[in-house]
Amino acid sequence: MSAPRRAAASRSFLSRLSLRERIRDRDQAVYGILIIAAIVFPLATIYATDGTALVSQATRAGYFVLLAIGLNVVVGFAGLLDLGYAAFFAIGAYTYALLASPQLASSPAHHAVHLPFWLMLFVAMFVAAGAGAILGFPTLRLRGDYLAIVTLGFGEIVPQLFYNFDQWTGGINAVGIIDQPVLPAWIQGPWSGDGPIQVVRNFNFGGDPVAFYVLICILIAAAVILVSNLYRSRLGRAWMAIREDEVAAAAMGINTVTTKLLAFGIGASFSGFAGAYYAADVSLVSPDNFLFIVSITVLVMVVLGGMGNISGVIIGALVLYYVVFSLLPSLPGAVESLANSIGLGSLNVRTTEWPGLGGETQRLTFIIYGAILVAMMLLRPQGLLPSRIREQELKHAAVQEEEAAVEMEHAT
Amino acid sequence: MSQQPAPVDNILELTDLTKRFGGLVAVDNVSLHIKRGEVFALIGPNGAGKTTLFNNVTGLYQPTSGRVVFDGRDITGSKPHQVARRGIARTFQNIRLFDYMTCLDNVRVGRHVRMKAKVWDSLLKLPRERREEERVTEEAMEFLRFVGIAKHANQYARNLAYGQQRRLEIARALATEPKLLLLDEPAAGFTPQEKVELMQLVKKILTRGVTVFLIEHDMKVVMGISERIVVLDHGEKIAEGPPDEVRKDVRVIEAYLGKSA
Repeated sequence: MSAPRRAAASRSFLSRLSLRERIRDRDQAVYGILIIAAIVFPLATIYATDGTALVSQATRAGYFVLLAIGLNVVVGFAGLLDLGYAAFFAIGAYTYALLASPQLASSPAHHAVHLPFWLMLFVAMFVAAGAGAILGFPTLRLRGDYLAIVTLGFGEIVPQLFYNFDQWTGGINAVGIIDQPVLPAWIQGPWSGDGPIQVVRNFNFGGDPVAFYVLICILIAAAVILVSNLYRSRLGRAWMAIREDEVAAAAMGINTVTTKLLAFGIGASFSGFAGAYYAADVSLVSPDNFLFIVSITVLVMVVLGGMGNISGVIIGALVLYYVVFSLLPSLPGAVESLANSIGLGSLNVRTTEWPGLGGETQRLTFIIYGAILVAMMLLRPQGLLPSRIREQELKHAAVQEEEAAVEMEHAT
Repeated sequence: MSQQPAPVDNILELTDLTKRFGGLVAVDNVSLHIKRGEVFALIGPNGAGKTTLFNNVTGLYQPTSGRVVFDGRDITGSKPHQVARRGIARTFQNIRLFDYMTCLDNVRVGRHVRMKAKVWDSLLKLPRERREEERVTEEAMEFLRFVGIAKHANQYARNLAYGQQRRLEIARALATEPKLLLLDEPAAGFTPQEKVELMQLVKKILTRGVTVFLIEHDMKVVMGISERIVVLDHGEKIAEGPPDEVRKDVRVIEAYLGKSA
């Protein structure tokens, strides 16, 4: 064998090893950056804008991160396409809303229930997981497209139920005045503010966005740890096996129905968790908050971020949240002021035929959104931070060549 | 791995097994028994119903009629994962690996049934879950070494060479600690050298106390390793016996070469 060929083969082998190493490091780097950003962001924005509006925005992005992490278990790990994920979000939100607000006083029960938030976080989780299991049990025998359609139907039915059981849920009038979380008295710290050394403001959920922000960061961190643990476990491997080849997985002794049910239930429980938190934060829950578009947005976050990869999914959720809830709504105003500043202010004048440049942009928002999605998928089909598997799938041809070189090395 | 003293001599007994697909009788009233510790081969022309018979044993299909008794227990109509748990593992005619999982993970999936970790253990990474993971990783490496592909442990199954993929599939099946291993055309597409290695591997598997039931087209392999042979043609059993007898059987020759007038 010639020396250059040997060198080339070993180089390609090494480069593959270091690539793998880099990806592992990349995850750590992403988490590091996220943690630093999570700490710096509220400090910087409160200092810069002298208000907490941006912190509330970040908190809202936080629910989507939680939702995306949960949906990633179902879609990314187990390969089950769930188009009705918002239903579980709704179930979690309503569980908290009904059991921690004056709502039930005006229902046939005639008694308002006020259970503590911390308990309800877990109750909502279990209720949503139970709903996932109830939906999953008869349907998980279906495969692929059929399952997607059933979940789609479920996602449509659940908000309708909350509309129509208006005796209990207030229907279109929504559930309001939902209790805010209260820290139990025995948890003391620098925030228990009446002492002589008050480090930060009183840590109080009563209308303080920073408290909610801190809580969602803790919840997300916990979710990341738990889901990462699952991913590298017996169950995580069983999910991957089912995604890869269901027949072979069953032949290895994996009970495919219960394993898929677990994916559904665990995914749903994150959604329920996020739902309870959401209800407490916005203090108003209406069926309109859980329509199909929410399910789709979360699904796009998962796919865009990099299916199966937790850090990628978090980035995807943050990026898409920014695009949908910040960039697009501010676009009409931005376009108007741009037109003014380059001397095309006349375009902003509204006439009967022309709604003004801002109005026109407003109308085009969803086209622009669609175009952004199409562009992102064309440019990075593997997602922003793909899982190693997705990356491998898409780069497979290249790797096979390297493999052949290595094989040749062994053969000669 | 030492075997307990055998409670029954026959590890697998099929009684009047029939599988119909609509009007087509794929397996027609087949009875056979496999003795503990032997290599048993199922041969026959293409479309004779060999793989269908495998699928009926492993629970992928439900037999139309007849009984499957494994290790003294009736497993007729069991689900595939139940059959695997009982101790039957298999490979597939068209290799069915988990392509985008590493070799190590493929084998660790095979260990699934022999693991105890529950959801809570894994969620919280409890010490006993951690220990089990470490142990299973060791064991999985052991199986990879057994079939001779340990150095590829961290490669995706997809990226292995064909022969290595077949070996990985065997390692994955062995990882479930089966009493009976079903190999569906394990030598298909192999070079003569690879076939020799495969026969050596099968003999090594026997020393673990695993009974081997294989479908194979290659007569050299079949004659070389199997103690008894059953021949299927059009779903019917047309011959049974040791290789030498079966080779001379008139009906078998007819089935393979066509009837001479």
